[in-house]
Amino acid sequence: MNVFDIIGPVMIGPSSSHTAGAVRLGGVVNKLADGRKIKKVEITLSGSFAKTYKGHGTDRALLAGIMGYDSFSPEIRDALDIADKKQIEYVFLKENIRGAHPNTARIHYYLEDGTEGVMQGASIGGGNILVNRINGMEVKFTGDNNTLLVMHEDTPGVIAGVTNLMHWEYEDINISNFNLSRQQKGGIAIMSIEIDNQPPETLVKDIRGIDHVINAILIRKI
Amino acid sequence: MLKYTSITELVREAEKRKVKISELTLNDQAKAIETPAEELYDRMKESFHIMEESVKDGMKKDRKSMSGLTGGEGYIMNKYAEEKKSLCGSFMSKAIARALAVAGCNASMGKIVAAPTAGSCGILPGCLVSLREDKGFAEKDLVMSMFTAGAFGMVIAERSSIAGAEGGCQAECGSAAAMAAASLVELMGGTPKQCADACAIAISNQMGLVCDPVAGLVEIPCIKRNVSGLVIAFSSADMALAGIEPKIPVDECIDAMREVGEALPASLKETAGGGLAATPTGRKLKNQIFGSGN
Repeated sequence: MNVFDIIGPVMIGPSSSHTAGAVRLGGVVNKLADGRKIKKVEITLSGSFAKTYKGHGTDRALLAGIMGYDSFSPEIRDALDIADKKQIEYVFLKENIRGAHPNTARIHYYLEDGTEGVMQGASIGGGNILVNRINGMEVKFTGDNNTLLVMHEDTPGVIAGVTNLMHWEYEDINISNFNLSRQQKGGIAIMSIEIDNQPPETLVKDIRGIDHVINAILIRKI
Repeated sequence: MLKYTSITELVREAEKRKVKISELTLNDQAKAIETPAEELYDRMKESFHIMEESVKDGMKKDRKSMSGLTGGEGYIMNKYAEEKKSLCGSFMSKAIARALAVAGCNASMGKIVAAPTAGSCGILPGCLVSLREDKGFAEKDLVMSMFTAGAFGMVIAERSSIAGAEGGCQAECGSAAAMAAASLVELMGGTPKQCADACAIAISNQMGLVCDPVAGLVEIPCIKRNVSGLVIAFSSADMALAGIEPKIPVDECIDAMREVGEALPASLKETAGGGLAATPTGRKLKNQIFGSGN
């Protein structure tokens, strides 16, 4: 804790969990889109998000984050209009996602290049978030650090391949958190790797080149 | 490096080094965050400027909250203050208007500085911007005093809580008032010990305040509670500056606040299950916004 945790953060109101945290959750989708144009989002709200989103502007906050705005951007208030102007289709649904944190959103996004994906995460208080699922697979990261998501075939040696590359080719990289999940044995698996440092530009490309790696995405600190 | 686990310790350290709490904190934080003190000062100055902007934004006549339940309180109070008929006098009425404006700015999705939370964001700017605008205090001193508020807030967060969901409104508006009271004393030339006394008095005066937001929104009664926090900050600072002692030491007041917070039922800790939220009108307003299905 430091003095700016108390006098701060600078944010758009009214609520750190229902507004500021929601912007950051939307921000994860913005990073997943990786610069490609987002065509449509279906946003499912659960728990307290579903009940109070209108009064807290959670809908605007999520959309603003998806469009790349920060939790202190004044544009959040007008996010619905901005999305209309940018021709991003959006729909808000309510569903009780079983076992999920009370402030959970699931965002199904469709990109112009035909790619689609689903991100599920929770706003866990004070503007902090926890991403729980990407494309149906369990992940676990906070967005506070740079996070590498590596989708790969579940076969021996892939984790070693990725971590060896990180260590031997980029010796300064330090892993602060590692999580692995898979749909089924021999199916598709996903590593979420949080790293302390500022990752070099070439890292993602190099990891994509490793055998059995399907895709790698870097989600920079949100 | 300082630990921020005891205000008494902070006071002792400041007295030992013959510095203000704000100077002690700024220099310590520069080491802790590994950033030059000048940069931290500039960052805090930026926050002060945002507070000034929040006052202006929330003072606009047509500023409505997202739910439509609240809005315009800052504008109305300011107009009343300018008529110079108020019981509290011009200075205090304008300060009240500013606290309302910032809390209203928050409710209408404007930009604010959480201090320590979004729900209690009107108290510190209400105090500091008023000293700037109506008493001509130097910006540099006001910015520095925010480090004192921050230091006291860190101790409160460490020993007790600054979250309504954990400690009720005493943890949010109570903490904000206690932090602001300490800032005010330092600005008025009070000693570190008097800062601590003002903090203790402010906490004592909001002990037990529940968090009972109508419909779970940061509006009713939060916006007006920023005003009670502000008034308590000013009165506590004045009592401390006058030399009135709190009798219960500051750290013990903070510990008592934690115990009271723990003893509060869940219905009175930001769940909108009790207090004003559960009144017939509170429920009616909730249904009006979200429909009766919720």
